[in-house]
Amino acid sequence: MKRLDRTTVALLASLAALLASGPLLPRWALFLLTVSLAKGLVVLGLLLLMRTGLVSFGQGLYFAVGAYAAGMMPAADGLLLLLGGGIAAGAVAALCGLLLARYRGIFFAMLSLAFSMILYGLLVKTSALGSTDGFNVQARALALVPAGGPHGRYALFALTAAAASIAAFALHRFFASHLGRLAPAVRDNELRVEYMGASVRNVVHLNLVVAGVLAGLGGALTALAVGHIDPEMAYWTTSGEFVFVAILSGTASVLAPFLGAIVLELLRSFAYEYSPNTWQLVVGASMLLVILFLPSGLWSLFSRWRKALR
Amino acid sequence: MGDILAVLIDGTIYASWLFIIAAGLTIVYGVMRILNMAHGSLYALGAYAAASLVGTWIRGGHPPLFSYALLLAAAVAVGLVFGPLIERGILRVVYGRDEIVMVLVTYALFLILEDAIKLVWGVESYFVSEPYALLGTVEIGPLTYPVYSAALVLAAAGTGVGLRWGIYRTRYGKLLVAVIHDREIAAALGIDVRKVFLVTFTLGTMLAALGGALTAPTVSVVPGMGVETIVLAFAVVVVGGLGSMPGAALGSLIVGLVRSAAVHFFPQVELFSIYLVMALVLLLRPRGLFVAAEARKI
Repeated sequence: MKRLDRTTVALLASLAALLASGPLLPRWALFLLTVSLAKGLVVLGLLLLMRTGLVSFGQGLYFAVGAYAAGMMPAADGLLLLLGGGIAAGAVAALCGLLLARYRGIFFAMLSLAFSMILYGLLVKTSALGSTDGFNVQARALALVPAGGPHGRYALFALTAAAASIAAFALHRFFASHLGRLAPAVRDNELRVEYMGASVRNVVHLNLVVAGVLAGLGGALTALAVGHIDPEMAYWTTSGEFVFVAILSGTASVLAPFLGAIVLELLRSFAYEYSPNTWQLVVGASMLLVILFLPSGLWSLFSRWRKALR
Repeated sequence: MGDILAVLIDGTIYASWLFIIAAGLTIVYGVMRILNMAHGSLYALGAYAAASLVGTWIRGGHPPLFSYALLLAAAVAVGLVFGPLIERGILRVVYGRDEIVMVLVTYALFLILEDAIKLVWGVESYFVSEPYALLGTVEIGPLTYPVYSAALVLAAAGTGVGLRWGIYRTRYGKLLVAVIHDREIAAALGIDVRKVFLVTFTLGTMLAALGGALTAPTVSVVPGMGVETIVLAFAVVVVGGLGSMPGAALGSLIVGLVRSAAVHFFPQVELFSIYLVMALVLLLRPRGLFVAAEARKI
């Protein structure tokens, strides 16, 4: 049997640790972890895009599509809602990708922002979906475990942790594949990628769809965890928050987005507790500091530390 | 007929407001290659500064006629304080990085400024309607419009003409054009690019603040007023072409007219009609209406 590489081991270890510690955690911590992991999925998609050299200020679009799709589906089991959310967001991403795949740099950022704002505008004006108030989402069961109560909450947490680990592992393998390695090449020099005989547009489009599916899964899981969805999920500041986590985590590892998301949610809980009016200030200032002093994100602290040990 | 007239007038008023803000955004991008996400917060700062200044003035029992000068003074003050502060303090450190990094840096600034505003002014809303009410209203056919709106249109036209004159007719404007075309060659020819950047960013900040200051009398000044403004201004400059002044003017008109048409005929699509137009324009002209395609470098 082939030896498992370090990331896979770390992934398996953290999944096991999460699943084992779940029943012991207090309710707020379980909720915080569930939401963090769900949002980490969205950021994982952003990481994929950033490897391709693209920063999307519109991941809120797929996040909201996933959440609303899950909320509108008649299915009773959360697992099906999750699948539905992912597929719906992937389909929207495939459609938007037809256009988005032509753009780079700030034009890509702005156009993706425009798309998410279109959805926001639509949702706000759709009274059948609760306009600005949104509506409540409640799955009757999660992977056959009845929802609600401690068991339901743990089932959702386990489902989220599993989804996050599977997605991270899949992306980890994808990055090492032929197709996955084209992404940094596209970022570095598109024309040469074309000369090699690969289609830049297809690479970008594929990455967009994968990122969309991940954001949709994250959205559906967030909807199930929070129990409520509203158009704010598609607003550009939501997308900005995902970008913030991506910058904070860095693109070095598939584990980084989840770490970054947990750090953000922790920060948010404490900031809300102690100084609710300076929450954005804290986020903004830490983002500036990360960009200035840790351009490769929090994860680079680990690699530095490892180097220092050697 | 009355409907169409209303759409045209409303659209022009809205476009004037948009143009003042978008002009600042586009000039900063044109010269410095920075898409300034904090522009909306600077707009809000202008509005707050104007509301405080004019409010204090009126409450002190001074002649309200002078408040128009105070609106302008607030914009200039915000520009002179925050322009150099942000450019020297933060942006200077990250020059030379990727354009998208600049977007992230200014996004961080946006977050910081949004809360800083709340800390200074609190979360309650401010009203200073005196400059607005003072001018009264005028009747155009069957419609009644505040004269203040006409003043806004004039201010926008003045801004446009002033910028055009400043850029193409003055020595400093010509230096600016040189920097826009080629930063390195301009520096090699002895142009102080750093100074040009400082002046440009201050000017951009002033324009954002001017947009806010002129809006302050017509709305209640509340936290979060910059959040929506910035995405609208983005739509305008992306439609017109980033960095293009005529583009900003045309983009404002298009966005302004589309929005007022949507408000009058299809109110349910108002919010997203603007972004739909932006997506459509980008579909046909990927770099906006006024920017030519760039040669790719291998």
